[in-house]
Amino acid sequence: MRSRFQQGLDELKEKLLRMGGLAEQAIDRATEAYRTRDSKFCQMVLTGEAAINDAEREIDELALDLLAMQQPMAVDLRFILAVLKINADLERVGDQAVNIAQRVLDLISEPEVPLPVDIPRMADGVSTMVQRALESFLDGKAEVAEAVLQMDGIVDRMKDEAFVNLVQKMHDDPACTRQALDVLLIARNLERIADHATNIAEDVIFWVRGADVRHGGAHYRE
Amino acid sequence: MGVGIEVRGLNAWYGKNQSLKSIDMTVPANHVTAVIGPSGCGKSTFVRCLNRMHETIPEARAEGSVKVGQMDVYGGGSDPVEVRRRIGMVFQKPNPFPTMSIYDNVAAGLKLNGFRNRKQMDALVERSLKLSALWEEVKDNLHKKSGASLSGGQQQRLCIARALAVEPEVLLMDEPASALDPISTSKIEELIFQLKQHYTVVIVTHNMQQAARVAELTGFFLMGSLIEFDKTEKIFTAPADKRTEDYVTGRFG
Amino acid sequence: MSNDLPSSTSQQVNLWRRITNWGATGFAVLAAILVILPLLAIFIYLVIKGIGSVNISFLTQTPKPPGELGGGMANGIVGTGMILAVASVIGIPLGIGSGIYLAEYGRNRFGDLIRFTADVLNGVPSIVVGITVYSLIVIRQKHFSAFSGGVALGIMMIPTVARATEEMLLMVPNVVREAAYGLGIPKWRTTLSISLRTASAGVITGCMLAFARVAGETAPLLFTAFGNQFWNLKLNQPTAALSLQVYTYAISPYDDWHKQAWAGSLILIVLIVGAVAAVRITTSRGRLKGA
Repeated sequence: MRSRFQQGLDELKEKLLRMGGLAEQAIDRATEAYRTRDSKFCQMVLTGEAAINDAEREIDELALDLLAMQQPMAVDLRFILAVLKINADLERVGDQAVNIAQRVLDLISEPEVPLPVDIPRMADGVSTMVQRALESFLDGKAEVAEAVLQMDGIVDRMKDEAFVNLVQKMHDDPACTRQALDVLLIARNLERIADHATNIAEDVIFWVRGADVRHGGAHYRE
Repeated sequence: MGVGIEVRGLNAWYGKNQSLKSIDMTVPANHVTAVIGPSGCGKSTFVRCLNRMHETIPEARAEGSVKVGQMDVYGGGSDPVEVRRRIGMVFQKPNPFPTMSIYDNVAAGLKLNGFRNRKQMDALVERSLKLSALWEEVKDNLHKKSGASLSGGQQQRLCIARALAVEPEVLLMDEPASALDPISTSKIEELIFQLKQHYTVVIVTHNMQQAARVAELTGFFLMGSLIEFDKTEKIFTAPADKRTEDYVTGRFG
Repeated sequence: MSNDLPSSTSQQVNLWRRITNWGATGFAVLAAILVILPLLAIFIYLVIKGIGSVNISFLTQTPKPPGELGGGMANGIVGTGMILAVASVIGIPLGIGSGIYLAEYGRNRFGDLIRFTADVLNGVPSIVVGITVYSLIVIRQKHFSAFSGGVALGIMMIPTVARATEEMLLMVPNVVREAAYGLGIPKWRTTLSISLRTASAGVITGCMLAFARVAGETAPLLFTAFGNQFWNLKLNQPTAALSLQVYTYAISPYDDWHKQAWAGSLILIVLIVGAVAAVRITTSRGRLKGA
């Protein structure tokens, strides 16, 4: 096997996983910020975004070079394509974490009020999805990726529930509308992160099986 | 218009070595089909069996059924010379007849098979040279310049014109661009793409990117067997057989 | 590489290399000159000795009886032409034919046998060929003839033509033949119209070599064409030949005839060179640009 090419592929994988780690860290810090109401965690998320964006750039460049110089085929080609897409999803995850951190900063500036939503629980679920999706990429295991696809439904339900409850709360107690709105947005950000985790899982399945399972169907090449 | 090729149970030997093992393949008419595989896998042998060129090598033989359109290539009354008239072949190294002019080269297949009508021959030569995208470059020197005085890429197009002049139904190409520079190669590839409107083309290539560029169907050969035969996009993005995948990703061969 | 050596050593090496190069080139040039010298010497000598006796009467008259001055070798010139024509008609087709067989069909034991036989035939002394043809044809026909002379010379032409044809055909790249087969051209047609045509320059050279060699042969003609004092244009009669007449005149005691022998030799050489040159010129006219 062309060893330079294999080295390139390995490097690509490593870089992407490292970026995934940064994204996971951003989610965790944002969650911690919400739980502790400590603005230092928010700052960490905000300053950490630059690293994520740099990583995205690096990965895109490396992938482009490999495509141009090595003319990859079949599984290698699918791998690089998957990496490019996961790259984009992870960068968006970073953005969502930043949005959450900004919402938390806003919450901190307001008085604390009890709200009928368990954000940390939802965040845990979402964080697990991202973790599992990246695991499936690391190991090249399509079954693990499929499990992630299953979890998306749960998170969606949690978000819908949160919406209903928060809207009700805003109606009942207009004084805490601001906080409720912040939390609503945080819930939505988390749901978006879950969608990105799902995308990542679909890309892994595409890479490993050559099947396009996006948008709910399994589409194998005839 | 081209015809399809049906291959059933084709076996071939060089002396005692079996180089093709029971090949089954259906080549559709008016398509470009590529045959790929590592060195020694039998892809050139396969193509040479289609027009009975294989048996011109001493101690080589082939058995099985090859039907080109209605013609049964290995059938009882079949004459190899007649088969080769209806199936054209272009070789790896351009091989124009050395002492003949450009015109004579293109007309060789006609003249040496008894064709006499001068006007028709002129028309056929012009048509063939136009089909192979060489006409504009040589039309003023048809009788004065020898075939061997052209550049490599032009020589190969001359050989293509020569093969087309006898109006075959199928065109076999054995690594036609492997001895050429990139610009000539891309001209030839463009040509192949045009030719499929009129002919059925089978092209042997060791260059996978070339197969990917020109062929609609691709067959992967390994050690004398046809491992996988499918649409080119499938072979190069998600092949069904692991051996095919190992080959196209460069893990061996 | 020479950067690694100290500069004085590299200079020495360079100098030695140049000297050797000059030496080898010089030797090659010298060898070439030495090859041409004998030919030039012979030709110049012939011209000096013979040109004085070449005149219109020499070229147009038959020999006069010994004692009488004048006369010429006109009949010899014509006779040589006739005999060589017969020889070519026999030797060239048979030679080319066997050459084709050996190259295209004879890559086997039988072919090896033929090759061996041709080489042996090449080495048979010319007088032996003459005597053989004498007993096979002249005795049967009970008379000498230009025809039998042509047969003898033709036999001698065959091996040279055959070997040259074979070698030249073998040099035709196989891909050219394959191109012809691919067009549906049968093997015999390919051999004649493609392979032979490609090899034609070399084959013609081979024929010319054979022709030039037999044109000057004397011994085989002694018992076949025999020679003739008078004009003869019939193939089945004894015929004069330049080489025979030069021989006869040279061993005679007459001065006049000696001079004519020189003239005859000169004419013979001129005719042979002329024939070869003529063939070269006419065949090169047909060559295309870039071929």
